Amino acid sequence: MDMRSVAELFLLLVVLTDFAVLGTSRLSACIRAIALQGFLLGSLPLLVEGAWSTHAAALGLGTIAVKAILLPSFLRWAIREASVRREVEPLVGYMASLLLGALALGVAFAIASRLPQIGDTALLVPVALMTLIIGLVVLITRAKAVSQVVGYLMLENGIYLFGLTQTRRVPFLLEAGVLLDVFVAVFVMGIVVFHINREFDSISATNLAELRER
Amino acid sequence: MLLLAIILVPTLGAALTYAVPRRAGRSALLMLGAAVHLLLVIRLWTTAGETALGGWLAEDPLGLIVLSLVSVLFLVTAQYAVGHLRTASARDQRIFPSCLFAFLAAASLVSVSHHLALLWVGMEATTLSVAPLIYDRHDRRSLEAVWKYLVLSSVGIALALLAVFLLATAQPSVAGQRPLVLDDLVAGAAALDPRWLRAAFVFAIVGFGTKMGLAPLHTWKPDTYGEAPSLVGGLMAGGLTSCAFLGLARFTQVLIAAGLATFVRPLLIAFGLFSLLVAAAFIIGQADVKRLLAYSSVEHMGLLALGMGLGGLGAYGAVLHVLNNGLVKVLLFLVVGNLVLATGSSAAADIRGMLRARPVSSVVLLVGLLAVSGSPPFGPFLSEFAIVSGAIREDHPWVAAFALLMLSLIFVGIARMILDMVLGNGTSSPALAEVPSREATWTVAGPMTLACIVLLLGLYVPRPLRENLARAAATLGGYAP
Repeated sequence: MDMRSVAELFLLLVVLTDFAVLGTSRLSACIRAIALQGFLLGSLPLLVEGAWSTHAAALGLGTIAVKAILLPSFLRWAIREASVRREVEPLVGYMASLLLGALALGVAFAIASRLPQIGDTALLVPVALMTLIIGLVVLITRAKAVSQVVGYLMLENGIYLFGLTQTRRVPFLLEAGVLLDVFVAVFVMGIVVFHINREFDSISATNLAELRER
Repeated sequence: MLLLAIILVPTLGAALTYAVPRRAGRSALLMLGAAVHLLLVIRLWTTAGETALGGWLAEDPLGLIVLSLVSVLFLVTAQYAVGHLRTASARDQRIFPSCLFAFLAAASLVSVSHHLALLWVGMEATTLSVAPLIYDRHDRRSLEAVWKYLVLSSVGIALALLAVFLLATAQPSVAGQRPLVLDDLVAGAAALDPRWLRAAFVFAIVGFGTKMGLAPLHTWKPDTYGEAPSLVGGLMAGGLTSCAFLGLARFTQVLIAAGLATFVRPLLIAFGLFSLLVAAAFIIGQADVKRLLAYSSVEHMGLLALGMGLGGLGAYGAVLHVLNNGLVKVLLFLVVGNLVLATGSSAAADIRGMLRARPVSSVVLLVGLLAVSGSPPFGPFLSEFAIVSGAIREDHPWVAAFALLMLSLIFVGIARMILDMVLGNGTSSPALAEVPSREATWTVAGPMTLACIVLLLGLYVPRPLRENLARAAATLGGYAP
């Protein structure tokens, strides 16, 4: 297999991890799926570029370190310390979530087919859009604060995938800056999740409804 | 070098204030850092065309205006924060000044970045640096506020990153053109792909619009400003939102240069008018004074978007309004914070007839009321007048009429609450009315200084500033009166 087919295989696996997050009922499985997605994302720069370059290798290693190792372990730590109940508690059922996912897939391909092709593989843009949309779906339909962090990570992953079409043009220093920002963002969110649990004995974001217009 | 120093001084300050063990040392550092930063920014006014990092950082009129505003506001806020740290029992006294410095560093980075991805990195950093400041009280309400703020702004800022990537996609690979560098984007605007540009702008207006708090993306604002310490609310409403406006202005500049003004303008005008409408709806009948200020911020962000969308005289008004709005917002947040501290509540019903108990804050608040509602002779009058007359000159009489109607409704709503707070009969805490207290100097020095600046800007705009404003407006398709 050439590099391009491997890249397309990895992109299809990203789609599967998207559906895994939507369909699973256990938080730990959600985090495992997002860690796998982080690993796939980290391998993609080398595959998409199709040739060895220090730039792509450094970007890939940095992404794997942050998105496949650091952040998932941190989220695991947060749910363990907070002794959260293990279920995801979706506001929308699993079947409905999966249907929304399928819809997102269709919408993503429909939009991508109208855009001029960029990058080497035609799959990159639709998968990026789909991951972005599913991230938003998870963010909106899950009650637990940790699940919302997972949704945010997926949203960022979608944008990262889109950014892969531009890796050759955006210098590494800036990509490192972007990665660092995402890391700190999730870190700060994790700390807030921890505090929410301590205050409310639950990390359901539905408890957060005191502030509103009266 | 100068540009790098402007970013590195506060970065160093953030590290040092965290390391210094004594409060007095941290306070001294905070003031020193703020003063040095302002001096560096003043020095920048005397140079022209300063660049660094191969053009990634560069001085330009609009960035310089935002940078100067942030620097002045930071000095005022730092001076207030020194007092705040002394009296309030902020639990973590190290994190507070350190995060303030981190915010200044990030905001400076946004102001001088000409590389749009670097600008994004700075924008995200401003978002994160203020999160611990919002959570200063460590209670349930502030926890809820900081969570909403983090989730909504993070999503917004993520979409802004997508906008940056889309802009990169629109730029063809040409030798000698640096990707995503503003000057090259504008110079080579004719070669940009309009399809990707339009997509980029839509995401930019949603992303940076969330950070600015344009309706309907403003929902985090009342909660955050309502719960954050007043000096943090002021710094966000005056400084952070101005940085977000700068981000949106950069995209607008590129699209206008690429000849897509007809696509950009209606979008900006629509967001601007809708923000005015939402602000008016929620200001009338508002019961909480800090939330009222948050909606007032939505109103003024709407005015900025409107002015930029109108172009012409409106763009000049918008650029001038960045300054006026920032100064007035910090003034208002600080004096309202004084009254809230005195009565222990931010519900308007609990704050009444404060003129006797807190005379200086009350008088400054009345000045702030006149200024924020755009009455002469204060600065916002000039900028709002320019925006509205811009609407008439650009042949949008209905836009002007609608904006004026909303502005007058908002004036009535704000005036009713603030006049009651200052002059209203009776008070819920009689103890306050009995003893007319002397107000501590640190609580009123900053707001009084800001009131003087706003008055001066209304009477006379100095020539260097006027020329700078005209050049900044020109990049957005505007001109000076």
